[in-house]
Amino acid sequence: MFTMTNYVTVGSLEEAYALLGKNKSNKILGGTLWMRMGSQTIHTGIDLSQLGLDQIVENEEAIEIGAMCSLRMIETHPLMNEYFSGIVAESVKDIVGVQFRNCATIGGSIYSRFGFSDILTALLALDTYVELYHGGILSLEDFIKTSYEKDILVKIIIKKEQIKGTYQTERLSHTDFPVLAVAVTKGQKGYKISVGARPSKAALAYEAMHYLNTRDELGEEMIESAVHKVIEELNFGSNMRASETYRKHLAKVLIKRSLKTLSY
Amino acid sequence: MKIKVWVNGKLVQDDIAPDMTLFNYLRDKGYKSVKCGCDTSNCGLCTVWVEEKAVLSCSVLAMRVDGKHVTTLEGLQDEAEAFGMMLASEGAEQCGYCSPGLIMNVLRMKRELKNPTDEEIKAYLSGNLCRCTGYMGQLRAIKKYMSQNGEA
Amino acid sequence: MKTVHQPIIKLDAKALVTGKPVYTEDLAPSDCLVVKLLRSPHAYAKILEIKKDIALKVPGIECILTYEDVPQQRFTMAGQSYPEPSPYDRLILDKYVRYVGDPVAIVAGENEKAVDRALKLIKVQYEILEPVLDFEQAIDHPSCIHPEEDYHVNFDIGNEVKRNICCKEGFEVGDINKAFSESDVVLERTYHTKANNQAMMETFKTYTYLDYNGRLNIVTATQIPFHVRRILARALDMPKSKVRVIKPRIGGGFGAKQTVVSEPYPALVTLKTGKPARLFFTRTETFMASTSRHEMKITVKIGADKEGHIKGIEMYTLSNTGAYGEHGPTTVGLSGHKTMSLYNKAEALKFSCDVVYSNTMSAGAFRGYGATQGTFALESAMNELAVELNMDPIALRKLNMLEVGESIKAYYGEILQSCGLLECLETGKKMIEWDKKYPSYRVDDHKVRGVGMAMTMQGSGISNIDIASSQIRLNDDGFYTLLIGAADMGTGCDTILAQMAAECLECDLDKIVVNGVDTDQSPYDTGSYASSTTYVTGMSVIKACEELKEKMLKEAALQLGIAQEALIFEGHQISNEEGTVTISLDTLAQNAVVGEHDCLIAQASHSSPVSPPPFMVGFAEVEVDTETGHTEMIDYVGVVDCGTVINTSLARIQAEGGIAQGIGMALYEDITYTAEGKMRNNTFMQHNIPTRLDVGNISVAFESTYEPTGPFGAKSIGEVVINTPCPAIAHAIYNATGVRVRELPITPEKIILGGE
Repeated sequence: MFTMTNYVTVGSLEEAYALLGKNKSNKILGGTLWMRMGSQTIHTGIDLSQLGLDQIVENEEAIEIGAMCSLRMIETHPLMNEYFSGIVAESVKDIVGVQFRNCATIGGSIYSRFGFSDILTALLALDTYVELYHGGILSLEDFIKTSYEKDILVKIIIKKEQIKGTYQTERLSHTDFPVLAVAVTKGQKGYKISVGARPSKAALAYEAMHYLNTRDELGEEMIESAVHKVIEELNFGSNMRASETYRKHLAKVLIKRSLKTLSY
Repeated sequence: MKIKVWVNGKLVQDDIAPDMTLFNYLRDKGYKSVKCGCDTSNCGLCTVWVEEKAVLSCSVLAMRVDGKHVTTLEGLQDEAEAFGMMLASEGAEQCGYCSPGLIMNVLRMKRELKNPTDEEIKAYLSGNLCRCTGYMGQLRAIKKYMSQNGEA
Repeated sequence: MKTVHQPIIKLDAKALVTGKPVYTEDLAPSDCLVVKLLRSPHAYAKILEIKKDIALKVPGIECILTYEDVPQQRFTMAGQSYPEPSPYDRLILDKYVRYVGDPVAIVAGENEKAVDRALKLIKVQYEILEPVLDFEQAIDHPSCIHPEEDYHVNFDIGNEVKRNICCKEGFEVGDINKAFSESDVVLERTYHTKANNQAMMETFKTYTYLDYNGRLNIVTATQIPFHVRRILARALDMPKSKVRVIKPRIGGGFGAKQTVVSEPYPALVTLKTGKPARLFFTRTETFMASTSRHEMKITVKIGADKEGHIKGIEMYTLSNTGAYGEHGPTTVGLSGHKTMSLYNKAEALKFSCDVVYSNTMSAGAFRGYGATQGTFALESAMNELAVELNMDPIALRKLNMLEVGESIKAYYGEILQSCGLLECLETGKKMIEWDKKYPSYRVDDHKVRGVGMAMTMQGSGISNIDIASSQIRLNDDGFYTLLIGAADMGTGCDTILAQMAAECLECDLDKIVVNGVDTDQSPYDTGSYASSTTYVTGMSVIKACEELKEKMLKEAALQLGIAQEALIFEGHQISNEEGTVTISLDTLAQNAVVGEHDCLIAQASHSSPVSPPPFMVGFAEVEVDTETGHTEMIDYVGVVDCGTVINTSLARIQAEGGIAQGIGMALYEDITYTAEGKMRNNTFMQHNIPTRLDVGNISVAFESTYEPTGPFGAKSIGEVVINTPCPAIAHAIYNATGVRVRELPITPEKIILGGE
């Protein structure tokens, strides 16, 4: 069981950041869902819930999701269903249950960079950025590659674009972690293929994407080649849910299906 | 630390440990309908409402409901009985241990979804595990309840 | 019938659905010491030293108990009638720890935080021993799991503990070799079923205190209050008269609570400190430190002629009992007895088995109790045989299955008196639309639906061993108190038994009061397991009610001054034949408690020389994605013969719930260990039980027969309902894909890699 000595509901991000820097065991609190599974000793838990970060807003260029938005909000919000072929909303709907998704925050999900993350897989296939209080705006891909620095994730920014996309997973039971998650999008800049739960965290398949994006038309053979490249360039592994062999097989099937859907 | 919270409409002020979960807080206050069936936020037994949302009280820190309204089954006795006895007519309360959490979420669903399909009902309640019933009897009761007219 | 065979609402329903505090944890006093257990991180080790001095200094710590503080009398935690077939192979705390999670120390303190701190401060020095983690390597492994000198078995169970063999048994009827030599087709296959967790929603919970007589009171979530009393008295080395066990409402058991689990630890704390104590297991502890279903590898050999007549069946079961022998010797036999018996027309049947120790969590009782594992093996083999013979699997069953009047060879020669198997097959076949769908049909370019089937039987109580007694009293207001020792664990047995009493006594159900079990007050009952409650306890209730009616008539005769033979019991009153003289039960009871009368109390015991099998046929329809192996349950049809259905809605829920658990076992649930022997699936996060999105549509029908030895013609229902999904789903998947998966659970990966 975790312990926590102090709890502060901050009034501003400045205050939160200052507090975060004060003690190395001070922590930003997200949805606090799996906190009691851990045994960490937290000095001060920093609550951001009074900062208005639970909004999804649209501006000229992007949809911005505040870090404290719940996964349930993302699932049901009209903007999230209207844009991006609905894949962001789609990606969270199988996560445990409504009550869980009412608690879990996107900030917590993304900051944790979980390997099994559904939403990370989906967001990676879009033009997504994170805004950190100290670190500023950087691409989601850069963010998940960086090591954990003490900062505050303020919002997720998804650049609006005309895209078609699919989000597909294989799960042993309906609300379990995915055995594999695949998000594929086709926008003005071409295809993006993101594969998560391999079981390591989501990554883009650049060689396959490059291959697809330098072809004029997509035939059966090209899809086969692209799928083959994904298997070659991304690492797949085994855990208790599935073996590497099966994951590779599954990746081929799901990516092929996605590309077929999008190429029509 | 000090908190002020409305539990089932009643204002309560307390001094609590900052790492206390809402679940432990409510149980300690005598709201024994709230149950815990797992350590991993998976089972739904601890479901309560914070404002207008069903949440897992095991995973919410009590400090976070400072200034908010919390509802447990103790605060919804009439509705609990109305739906609960439909559940019991099917024999689908069985051991009853998951019933409070399920009922809390069903009453929430009744407020949120209008004329849901079977699939929508199942999806909404997928976070409420039950090991006794196989879910069919629950679904029969829930469909009857959801088709009743008027606000719950 | 007025009350029996009706959809009666459970007596405790309103309290449960409105969230009243009725379970063990709700009732525990707030001043209980918090008890937690330090558990072994090693699969097999010998404790060399435990340093607890620093931990004891944590403010609020009351005591820390280790193997040096416990009575040295070995016992079994298995809830079975004495003398238990399970070996006496454990102490409350032992110098040896035999699986990851085995208790090392008991810590009690004023609050949870203090106890958590103390747990971290106890220093244990272990001599790590080589664990036995693969149960197929257990026999004659260099490591002997029970080296202790005082290991004890109550009678011969074929135990060879130094070879890690907990027990060994077998039987043969007819000449099996001759049967195979006369067969046209002989099929031999091996099937593997895994350990599963019962996963009832209420974890193990116990609190204990000393009452004003200085007696140890144990309030606990158990299926076996009387066994708990006996087992704890032995474990704690104290007289049984000093132990009282109380069972409040229970949040499910499914066999998990047929074993003593959380009880000894707070009990010992209360004895040592004199203070109330409580131990509530976390879900993780419930997974990793209780008992699971026995993992089994079962080899089936069937011989048949070309027309499909089965000549002989041979089965060998290797069962993993884990670190301790709980229920090891008693579950394994069911994998043979309760499966081969369906094919009673075979000339020869042979069964043999080994139950072995390993350094994994102890196995125990889980609904189905060995029959579930055996049914997966034998029914799957029958479905494979049907393909070999080019026969419809239903036709193969019809040709070979047992019938009323037969003496069941593999079932102690019991004569079958009721059997609805044929009706179950016919009804189920129609419900699933077998003729239209078998074996499979295509949905789209990568989705195929297949159907499959299996049949099964269980028992109704343990013949000649289970005993139930009940007592019924007429109270001064004309209502009855029914006292039973059977433990309602959420299934509704209190209600079902009250229904039977109301039927016998021709009254409304609200005239019957039933309470939970208290070993000081309730009459003896072996407990709620082995599908015994409706059948065995039910008969004792009927007997007691008949006896009470007789007493009421006698008392009425006395009060009215009319010969007993001339009086008629009419439920609410007793009248003479002409109806001219009557006395209400109210008046009768009032008069009977003043002055020299016979207080109207009756009691009866019942034990059955037979254990009549309930039957069930299950049909599965699945949709398989042939490219990913993903399997969706579409429909499951279960048709049950449980004799007379006592409570129609509760029986339906038993069947639907059992099927859902069977679906979980077939498709999802898998307990696996790391190379070091740590359980990997010890939470609902890593051990998926089905959610409501996973079970498809479950339809249940009843084909009632009348069992002459049962209450109102009833047999059991609790366990038989879990047995068919594994083989029926495996069959449906085969019919959809052509892939046979003989190891549970049937994951998409196994379907795909088996097919590649």
